[in-house]
Amino acid sequence: MPESAPPAALRIRNLRKTYKDVVAADGLDLDVPVGECFGLLGPNGAGKTTTIEICEGLTAPDSGDVEVLGLHWKTDSDKLRQRLGIQLQETQLSEKLTVLETLCLFRSFYHQGPPAEEIIGLVQLEEKRDSRIGGLSGGQKQRLALACALVGEPELLFLDEPTTGLDPQARRQLWELIEQLKLAGRSIVLTTHYMDEAERLCEHVAIMDHGKTIALGTPRELVASIGVEHVVEFSAGGPGKPLDMEPLKHLEGIRDAKAENGSVLMQATKLHLAVPALLAELDRQQIPLTELRTHSATLEDVFVTLTGRHLRDE
Amino acid sequence: MNSAPAAAHTQTSTARSRFAEHPLTQLTLVRFREFLREPEALFWVFVFPILLAAGLGLAFRNRPPEVLQIGAVTPRLARSLRAEKLLSVSEFSAEGGLQALRSGKIALLAAPGSGSAIVYEYDDTNPEGRTAKMLADRAVQRAAGRVDPVGSSDRILREPGSRYIDFLIPGLLGMNLMGSGIWGMGFTIVDSRRKKLIKRLVATPMPRHYYLLSFGLSRLLMLVVEVGVLVGFGALVFKVPVRGSLLDLAVLSLISSLAFGAVGLLIASRAQTIEAVSGIMNVVMMPMWILSGVFFSAQRFPDVIQPVIHVLPLTAVIDALRANMLQGAGLVQLAPQLAILGCWMVVCFTVALKIFRWR
Ligand SMILES: Nc1ncnc2c1ncn2[C@@H]1O[C@H](COP(=O)(O)OP(=O)(O)O)[C@@H](O)[C@H]1O
Ligand SMILES: [Mg+2]
Repeated sequence: MPESAPPAALRIRNLRKTYKDVVAADGLDLDVPVGECFGLLGPNGAGKTTTIEICEGLTAPDSGDVEVLGLHWKTDSDKLRQRLGIQLQETQLSEKLTVLETLCLFRSFYHQGPPAEEIIGLVQLEEKRDSRIGGLSGGQKQRLALACALVGEPELLFLDEPTTGLDPQARRQLWELIEQLKLAGRSIVLTTHYMDEAERLCEHVAIMDHGKTIALGTPRELVASIGVEHVVEFSAGGPGKPLDMEPLKHLEGIRDAKAENGSVLMQATKLHLAVPALLAELDRQQIPLTELRTHSATLEDVFVTLTGRHLRDE
Repeated sequence: MNSAPAAAHTQTSTARSRFAEHPLTQLTLVRFREFLREPEALFWVFVFPILLAAGLGLAFRNRPPEVLQIGAVTPRLARSLRAEKLLSVSEFSAEGGLQALRSGKIALLAAPGSGSAIVYEYDDTNPEGRTAKMLADRAVQRAAGRVDPVGSSDRILREPGSRYIDFLIPGLLGMNLMGSGIWGMGFTIVDSRRKKLIKRLVATPMPRHYYLLSFGLSRLLMLVVEVGVLVGFGALVFKVPVRGSLLDLAVLSLISSLAFGAVGLLIASRAQTIEAVSGIMNVVMMPMWILSGVFFSAQRFPDVIQPVIHVLPLTAVIDALRANMLQGAGLVQLAPQLAILGCWMVVCFTVALKIFRWR
């Protein structure tokens, strides 16, 4: 290995994977530098799990090149397994085992790494050390899954939707853990369909849809790229009086407007001009305003702008 | 001064911890913990066979000849009839006696007839009635002074080894080995696959053969208990003989268990749901439960299917166990059965390994 330029933690070139008629990965290129937390953001079915499992050596790609820590799965799988920490999207660990027993099992597979007890402390499960997994909460199970990924002191961590289905407090607790891991200098690749998660944790984000990267950059760059700084959301009028959408799209400081489930979403470039203009227009149409909200543009808005859909279709 | 023992101590303790931290040890421990923490599994493997053996052993035990209930109408008759130990005689009025006879309370009613003759009333289609008649008549004749012209004496044969329970215990043992081998592998593996636990393990550096080996090792240790409990129960409670060498019995049980384990592994190698694997397991085991002679001899089935019955693994196991326990056959005499089991083991294991779904 060349001393000068450290190899990328992960390097993907023209990756393709098709399941029958679904293209799960459609010519992906990704680079993750060492020491960085990289986010794969996308809605369900975008191909995040397929991509990450190919990187983990669990799924074979149809074509393309995947280099993990400068190594290839074909030739160096034993070495790679020792150096990676993996959390799968949907593993259910054996319910009848305790936290400690489970970690001792996973620990036994690795040449190096801290004792199981130490990892338990790291993920704050000391109190649950001898409890059966069946009795843990969702957040505790997720932290245990993370602990299982950490037992071999991995250089690169793959986390597939680590906080999906958790309550806000449990999510925040996991975020803090992941931030600690970043401070310890580990490279991390995580997938998520929560934009706030990606914004908070990731240095770089790839937004995926239908097996393709549709945007790539730092969260800040991506938000700036859509040229919209703010989003104005309002509801107005009643059943009797329909709102005329057309004039709204041409208001000052507004780039676009569209109606969505009874409310209107407008992308604003200049909030201080857009809001008064909106109020004046509603006044002109004689439609009363019932609700008005604004927020700074987020990765969610990036996704909506690029695809016309939301990340989570509820 | 005490540095040497201390060093020796650390050495043994690192050796011990290296053993404890070995992946194979850990995987095998997981097998045990999962099994021991599943009360239903414990019941089916250890308790159920004993209950079954106890129940069937009691139901089909060889009872001492039963004492027959009969009635007599006069005290004199009753006295002479009581000389027969196999009869229990009650006195009735003529009418009461008939009533008792009709309701089945007594098998025969003896009453004085004309002169010194005696009338026996009984149902000649009922074997108990016929037996009672012969016994009663013999008692009455002897009481009246008859002497048998030819002397005779009884020698009674109730030998351990030829009773139903002796036949049953090896059968149950074979059935148990099959059940725990196939169910043990099938449910555990498919459940782990369904929960993506196998996939998670494969994502670690765990050598895959350790995963399969851990099943073999845990079976091996559990086998000692399983076989010990059932054979011990049979020997202690019913005096079922164990005529072959215990070592041969152990080797035989081990090979049987590995053969069934291989069948179980093959069954579990692709299935992704518990429903699917249960279906396959039932299809595989049902014919053997019926055909392999657990509860009655497999010889009773028609000759045309005998060759098929013969090569079923459970038939081989039960035949070998019976030969070993009841006739004391050694491993050499059991070579044909061991060969059948060896074939099942090798073929199933090889195919299972080829097609095993590791995700
Ligand atoms: N084993 C599989 N067989 C068939 N289709 C699959 C399989 N795995 C994933 N897919 C399909 O590939 C697409 C991408 O799935 P996935 O990678 O799981 O997306 P994500 O993780 O982003 O939700 C989906 O349409 C999914 O249905
Ligand atoms: Mg996924």
